[in-house]
Amino acid sequence: MNIAFSTELICFLILSSVIVAGSLAVVLLENIVYSAFLLGGVFMAVAGLYLLLNASFVAAAQILVYVGAVNVLILFAIMLVNKKEKLKPIEGLKIRKFISGGVCGGLLLLLLRVSITTKWNLPGPTSIGEEATERIGEHLFTDYLLPFELASILLLMAMIGAIVLARRDVSIPTDDINDFKDQKSLSDKKIPLLSETSLK
Amino acid sequence: MLENSIGPVPLQAYLIVAAFLFCTGVWGLINSRNAVRVLMSIELMLNAVNINLMSFSSYIDGSIIRGQVFSIFVITVAAAEAAVGLAILLSLYRNRVTIDMESFNLLKW
Repeated sequence: MNIAFSTELICFLILSSVIVAGSLAVVLLENIVYSAFLLGGVFMAVAGLYLLLNASFVAAAQILVYVGAVNVLILFAIMLVNKKEKLKPIEGLKIRKFISGGVCGGLLLLLLRVSITTKWNLPGPTSIGEEATERIGEHLFTDYLLPFELASILLLMAMIGAIVLARRDVSIPTDDINDFKDQKSLSDKKIPLLSETSLK
Repeated sequence: MLENSIGPVPLQAYLIVAAFLFCTGVWGLINSRNAVRVLMSIELMLNAVNINLMSFSSYIDGSIIRGQVFSIFVITVAAAEAAVGLAILLSLYRNRVTIDMESFNLLKW
């Protein structure tokens, strides 16, 4: 075992332990702000795993999209809705957590058994290493062109949908639709979707 | 079986890490009462799937790397999902003034 092998092994062990501990902390910590920052740490450790797998472009995309966009978006959402509220106690919460923990542990055991006992087709063809970025570009513009364009449309739809959903007051434009007078009066009165009694 | 890999890290190690990450995400998805934490658990699960795709792409499909292309698409869809999910969460918070998942029972029965 030369020094490159042991370096890779140590990097993998550090990154995987960060992923395991960080994901547990994201799920289990009480404070949601700590969870959000640890989620960024987990995303960066996953990007490090991609670097170990010779995929520098996907690692950069992971850092940019997940740490730079999704995590910041989650932090902003936490800041916008962070209200200290006493959660109502639910009967049977402990037993529910226990049962779901058992189900998830069983799923974990199943996945571990599958991944260890399966005869994978190893070793495959030699990895192309740093040419992966060029190969991804070729894929995106030849045989995966349609999903690529659909992804752009999906992003546009998600952007418009997010703007429409998060806008503060949604008023119905009634200038050219004269038939919907009732809807205009409804939107002017700003009747909440739920009555006051159900909010209590 | 574990020895016939290229590098010092076998493929199965990546699969085990991804399996653990996925199960943690499932548990958090079921048990979180904060709606933001539910979205975070979904992101964890998507990352686990991405680790699987990337490790298969590197170990078994090393010359064509279709798995990397797939994981780029998964990252794209995850970004769109996070944006729309958080927007839905904000409008829910304006209407019900809580983010407790147990109080979002509008469509229940």
